[in-house]
Amino acid sequence: MGLYILKRLLLMIPVLIGITIISFSVMKMAPGDPTSLLTDLNPNMNEEAVKRIRAHYGLDEPWYVQYGKWLRNMLMLDFGKSFAADNRPVIDKIVERIPITLLINLLSLILILGVAIPIGVMSAVKKDSLFDKGTTVFVFLGFAIPTFWLALLLMILFGVKLDWLPISGFRSLNYAQLSLPEQILDVAKHLILPVFVSAFGGLAGMSRYMRSNMLEVIRQDYITTARAKGLGERTVIFKHALRNALLPVITILGLSVPGLIGGSVIFETIFAIPGMGQLFYQSVMMRDYPTIMGILVIGAVLTLVGNLLADLFYSLADPRIRVAG
Amino acid sequence: MRITGDFTRRLAKNKMSMAGLFVVAVLFLTAIFAGYLAPYPPDEINTTNILVEPTRQHLLGTDILGRDVLSRIIYGSGVSLSVGFVAVSISTLIGLVLGAVSGYYSGIVDRIIMRFVDIMLCFPSFFLILAVIAFVGPSIWNIMVVIGITSWMGVTRLVRAEFLSIRERDYVQAAIAQGASDFRIIFLHILPNAMAPVLVAATLGVASAVLIESGLSFLGIGVQPPDPSWGNMLTEGKDNIEIAWWLSLFPGLAILITVMGYNLLGEGIRDSLDPRLRQ
Repeated sequence: MGLYILKRLLLMIPVLIGITIISFSVMKMAPGDPTSLLTDLNPNMNEEAVKRIRAHYGLDEPWYVQYGKWLRNMLMLDFGKSFAADNRPVIDKIVERIPITLLINLLSLILILGVAIPIGVMSAVKKDSLFDKGTTVFVFLGFAIPTFWLALLLMILFGVKLDWLPISGFRSLNYAQLSLPEQILDVAKHLILPVFVSAFGGLAGMSRYMRSNMLEVIRQDYITTARAKGLGERTVIFKHALRNALLPVITILGLSVPGLIGGSVIFETIFAIPGMGQLFYQSVMMRDYPTIMGILVIGAVLTLVGNLLADLFYSLADPRIRVAG
Repeated sequence: MRITGDFTRRLAKNKMSMAGLFVVAVLFLTAIFAGYLAPYPPDEINTTNILVEPTRQHLLGTDILGRDVLSRIIYGSGVSLSVGFVAVSISTLIGLVLGAVSGYYSGIVDRIIMRFVDIMLCFPSFFLILAVIAFVGPSIWNIMVVIGITSWMGVTRLVRAEFLSIRERDYVQAAIAQGASDFRIIFLHILPNAMAPVLVAATLGVASAVLIESGLSFLGIGVQPPDPSWGNMLTEGKDNIEIAWWLSLFPGLAILITVMGYNLLGEGIRDSLDPRLRQ
């Protein structure tokens, strides 16, 4: 097992380097360079001053030297200072916002698993039933519905028409005056819609995936054997079939991480939740390049870590992977 | 697998794909004949008719500048279609070339390309798209290109897998033995037989490109107003969420129906191609 983990960690290195190269090229795609924001349209600028500013940011050096320096800073988690008015180090801004984004993503994953697995199993076991057909329609809707539109509709329904749930923010204005249980309830109320919206697409995908997995497993010989032994249908489905059908779900969970993180931009912006996605959106709108680069790299690294965790977890659950290594 | 008459017959019998095809055809016609179908010009501002609920004159209501929502949705269909098609053409082209090279030559080239795919897949695609837009600036052309160059990985893997298996077939081996050039083998012998899954992926790709474009436009970094796009119409819907539900409902429905249409068509094509489903 130790060897397997080591191998996986070593394999991450070239991918990490690749991530930084791609991020760096994104930065170099811009017409002009970051200094043009400071220099263009500024009447006090002359040729000499522009040169000095470019030298200050190291922009007069060849690209590989720039990349090397940038990479060294990345490795020390130094993403520079934000261009925004607060001018704070990018890493601080990101770190204080990551927990909210991770919390919402984690809750969505739990919701996806908790709802999609039973749905998938049910529709596989009762294939072609009314329930199964209903699920299929739900799945098609889930794939086609723009999440931000779903968010808008839910906001209109629960926030404006029924007035049951708050439609923006992470906590109420009077949060500080509430008692602890009230605080928890307050945050929970604020999170219901965002978590549901961010889970919705995944729900559809996962229940469909679970269904086809179950159908595949039910056809296997050992299921026939279990039935032939005279085991009850309940035991056959939940003990023999479900366990095996669950295995690939781990991988799919790992693969769904980038989608969830990427989606956070949209729903955090809509619901005004101060997470990493909202920070990213704000940075894009004001062209805060250091923050954009920081979040881009961190988002990719988070995905990589998600995939790694999924792989490790899989090898724990399925000894065949460990042995084959 | 080759796309044959047999396939077309099965496709025609498949209810799902026919429903999808119908939606897609209606969308095409709407986009082409937008000028004839729309009751009002999409940019016609009418200050006496601001935020009118759906009525006989304005079937889907009007927006904050008194523009007819139905007309703007009709014109918006052209934006969605062109973004979908251009983006998917770009990603499919990249995927075909990289996948073919990777699968045909294998070895070190294959390993480099596949690692590149892995790395690209690490980026949450929405992050990557937003980051690039932040640097190159938002415009409909940039959106098309950016969606295209960030969504080719799936096609690459598909094409590579097809190439790996088709390459070993006898007829390809015969062509190699006869001394046919790589170019000839790749494009004349293997590629035509690898196109079916690509067609499915491309159809589903249009759906996801439409979704991404609407998301970007909704955030204000896609198609810029006053050009009508379903996404930026929804931004207005959000701004007037307390008073004008029709601004939020109808453009979203348009997106939903479009995406559903392409998804149904794509799934239908896949089912018609799958030999296991043949009767």
